[in-house]
Amino acid sequence: MAGFKLRRSLLYVPGNMPSMLQNIPIFNCDSVIIDLEDAVPLSEKDAARHLVKRFLLNYTDRNKELLVRINPLDTRWGYEDLKVVLPAMPDGIRLPKADTPEIVERLDTLLTEFEEELEVEIGRFGILPSLESALGVINAVGIANSSERIFALAFGAEDYTASMEIERSRGGEELFNARTRVLWAAKAKGIQAVDTIFADVSDMEGLRAETELAKRLGYTGKCLVNPRQIEVVHDVFAPKQHEVEYALQVIEAIQRARQLGTGVIALGGKMVDAPVVKRAARVLRTAYAHGMVDTLIDEEAIHGAQ
Amino acid sequence: MKIVKKAQAGTMQSSDLMVFLEPAETLNVTIESTVLKQFGALIRGKVDEVLAKHGIDAGEVRITDRGALDYAIEARLETAIMRATEG
Repeated sequence: MAGFKLRRSLLYVPGNMPSMLQNIPIFNCDSVIIDLEDAVPLSEKDAARHLVKRFLLNYTDRNKELLVRINPLDTRWGYEDLKVVLPAMPDGIRLPKADTPEIVERLDTLLTEFEEELEVEIGRFGILPSLESALGVINAVGIANSSERIFALAFGAEDYTASMEIERSRGGEELFNARTRVLWAAKAKGIQAVDTIFADVSDMEGLRAETELAKRLGYTGKCLVNPRQIEVVHDVFAPKQHEVEYALQVIEAIQRARQLGTGVIALGGKMVDAPVVKRAARVLRTAYAHGMVDTLIDEEAIHGAQ
Repeated sequence: MKIVKKAQAGTMQSSDLMVFLEPAETLNVTIESTVLKQFGALIRGKVDEVLAKHGIDAGEVRITDRGALDYAIEARLETAIMRATEG
């Protein structure tokens, strides 16, 4: 599967703090989201974008995906953020308040213009839209299809609950429908879905429970507010050894079945057919990305020879 | 560019610095740093380089450094210069 990239942990780093920016190379998260929006006071927007630009230009030995959360494009800072930061070559832009497909299309057009100006490949800068309002959640399907730059949809529960005029609870029941709708849109488009932040840095049990819920639903990553949260999130998203072993058995069983001229076979008393094989293949691809198996499963093993 | 008004940029957090700029007839740079002994000359070198890049040849430049790396010195100075030179 080309372009499969682990995005389990996307860590927010405030854009105006050198002490945090400088630690980005040593954080063991999959992606970093350098924040020019909520973490930066209005009086320091100019300072933060210059700092981020200088930091990125200086960070040549890159070892993780680097995203920048700009200010919304309808504010006076959004365009300027792009203008200053893009020449320093981040991997993508996290777009806050991506409420409609039109907002994302506007960013897409701007990115194309900057790519032409910077003479880099068109499509080099990715987009991670934040669905963080009732409107954004309703428009999830249209947003997912609004640009080929979008590699994942991110759900943002803090602003979403604000837009719903409700409180966020520890159990997260109030988020269930929105989480699912964002997931449907992402899966239908074949892109990743990234879950919201968990704000209480001292509550590791709560973080684990919420990450497990997100994983069960279908999310493949989570946004983080503190590097201390990375380990728990990686642990939850890592395939368990017994899952990997079972997946290997499934692939072996289906290959045996195909030799017998059938597409269905029993394994330990349970039926194995195409959807089971698909799920096993997903487990094995994730296991490969985690270094738990040596070879990447090929398409023929999943679908059989034509 | 010309410093036309007072401006500052940066913070007093560790790994950061504060830059203060003021209009003046001549260029006068003062640096205060927790690591002045070891890195004073390097900081000064970076400050001079950035000022020259922006064509600043006059002004009162005060730096209070908290152990900032080169990229942060450049960024904070850049921000202060933009704030001090805009109309």
